Amino acid sequence: MKATRTRAVRGRATRTRAIRTGGGISVRFDVRAAVVVAILVVAALLASVVLIGTGDFDIPTADVIRTLLGNGDAGQEFIINDLRLPRVVVGLLVGASLGLAGALFQSIARNPLGSPDVLGIGQGSTAGALLMIVIFQGSATEVAGGALVGGLVTGAAMYLLAWKQGVHGYRLVLVGIGVNAFAVAVNGYLLTKADLVDAARAVVWMTGSLNGRDWEQVWPLLTLCAVLLPLVIAHARPLRMLEMGDDTAYTLGVPVERTRIVLMGSAVLLTAAATAAAGPVSFVALTAPQLARRLTRSPGPNLLPAMCMGATLLIVADWASQRVFGADQLPVGVVTGVLGGVYLLWLLVTERKAGRI
Amino acid sequence: MLVDSPPEPSAETAPAPPGRRAIRGAGLLLSVVVLLALVFTSIAVGAKPLSMDQVWHGLFDDSGTYTDIVVGERVSRTLLGLLAGMALGLSGAVLQALTRNPLADPGLLGINMGASAAVVTAISFFGVTSLSGYVWFAFVGAAVVGALVYALGGTRSATPVRLALAGTALTAALSGYLQAVMITDNAALDKMRFWTVGSLASAKMGTIQQVLPFLAVGTVLALALARPLNAVAMGDDTARALGAHLTRTRALSMVSATLLCGAATAACGPIMFVGLMVPHVVRSFTGPDMRWIFPYAAVLSPVLLLGADVLGRIVSRPAELQVGIVTAAIGAPVFILLVRRRRTAQL
Repeated sequence: MKATRTRAVRGRATRTRAIRTGGGISVRFDVRAAVVVAILVVAALLASVVLIGTGDFDIPTADVIRTLLGNGDAGQEFIINDLRLPRVVVGLLVGASLGLAGALFQSIARNPLGSPDVLGIGQGSTAGALLMIVIFQGSATEVAGGALVGGLVTGAAMYLLAWKQGVHGYRLVLVGIGVNAFAVAVNGYLLTKADLVDAARAVVWMTGSLNGRDWEQVWPLLTLCAVLLPLVIAHARPLRMLEMGDDTAYTLGVPVERTRIVLMGSAVLLTAAATAAAGPVSFVALTAPQLARRLTRSPGPNLLPAMCMGATLLIVADWASQRVFGADQLPVGVVTGVLGGVYLLWLLVTERKAGRI
Repeated sequence: MLVDSPPEPSAETAPAPPGRRAIRGAGLLLSVVVLLALVFTSIAVGAKPLSMDQVWHGLFDDSGTYTDIVVGERVSRTLLGLLAGMALGLSGAVLQALTRNPLADPGLLGINMGASAAVVTAISFFGVTSLSGYVWFAFVGAAVVGALVYALGGTRSATPVRLALAGTALTAALSGYLQAVMITDNAALDKMRFWTVGSLASAKMGTIQQVLPFLAVGTVLALALARPLNAVAMGDDTARALGAHLTRTRALSMVSATLLCGAATAACGPIMFVGLMVPHVVRSFTGPDMRWIFPYAAVLSPVLLLGADVLGRIVSRPAELQVGIVTAAIGAPVFILLVRRRRTAQL
């Protein structure tokens, strides 16, 4: 190992270090981004512990940690390991998936508002789920399956409809908006077809909630993340070049369309799976990548920070929905929705002058 | 006159041949005939199909029989469709001219959703129950969201993509709010799940009378703005050089669009894509002159809306499909088609 060398890269606060090995292999990494990721991971874990301790029966933080390490008493073990831990793990995974998918989509669409929930993937999943709820009165598993299929079909339709000798960012965005509107109409239709009990169930599902999630939801999502994360990280560099425009990326040796289809496919899968697990939790995919980018102050898609930010955001939002709204519990989707509204206003105030929207 | 004698860009600098003007006039007349035929169809078609004689009897010789009552109900529904269609089409045409954006539509830009959110707020938090009460909320909602979308889309550098994205994002935020209200209030859910898809089914004569004044003002304003908006279409600098009063034209256009889609939304819920599709179809045979686009849009938009309503009544008889769902189901593919056809340079 040779000593590391510091180089100032464009931008005031971005500092990239390059680790060079004797064998001629060098790895660049952004110190600030690494610190941000570390802080966000710690924050997400802390928030998880607090969230596990929160509920009708409050458990002190020390007891939570002791039980998680396997030394708790039987009662607390049941509450934590069987009831609350799966909910929190689902929350972490859903948040991480949405954050990552949002970063990918925004980077491909080259627009901070171009996230999967705005571009119809969320609504497409919802259509699949509502179909199961309203027409087939399906079980929770069937509803999740419907959501997964709905999201994937929507993503594929979007890509094919936007295809015209390649998929350009702007056409993808506009086709996504059209697909979104279509899916909204389908959902509205399904909702009017339902009787009131099914409609109430559907509306709660449509808001996104972590209530009553157990280990059954954890495993598929965890497997999917474990498979897709390395794939996405491997394509992070081409993605960054893609942000410079298709022509430039092509000249730099990036297989433009293949990169885009792999990354978009991953993002759609992540979104659909997250939606299947928790419903279309709005605005996490929209806000997490942007907040992460503000923290790291580095250009590019910021995939890992966005992912950690998504997980942290969703856990904190779930905690807020339980604590702030008290007994009359609102689903976490309402809190993230409010968050999204605030974010849009903030974007309005700060970003408009810069013309970056 | 609203603007101090603005020059007529297309008509005076390059006068249309008199023959073409006659054709356009005849086309407008034909559209009116089509609209009247559709009005008749809309009265005759439904869960209980009526014969021409029965419709005629109900319209002009009302003696209170069963079919006469059916005709009466359908007349108010048709009338509302007529007015709402006109309002949505005109406001779409005004917005497209104002933003110089071929993809502008009150539904797509979230303006209808703004009105909806305001109406829902009025119903569940302020206990407003009458249309005359919440129509004002609808105007405020429409105006606020219109301004927000325009600001969020970047006022100077507003491109169609940015505006559409800003509108969709705001719509998502507002529909999240609507869902929160519906979750906490089951009675509201039962009422609103029908209203929020856009429907003409609950039309009453009272509703029509209440929104009619607003629609009339908005329509007159829009038609009067056709000439100044022609100048705006040529770009800010050219418009100013031609003597158009930019700020006043913009402000009045916003007022007109807000009145039109606010009132239409308050009466029948958010309906998307009518304001997008009709001006596009119209432009393909009138050319860019707003003085032809606006009247055509005013006549052909109700054709679309009533047609969609009739279709919704036929396809799932004896139940019916809400008109907002039918227009979205037709409109979204048309929108995608437009996006695909349009050249990159124009976006």
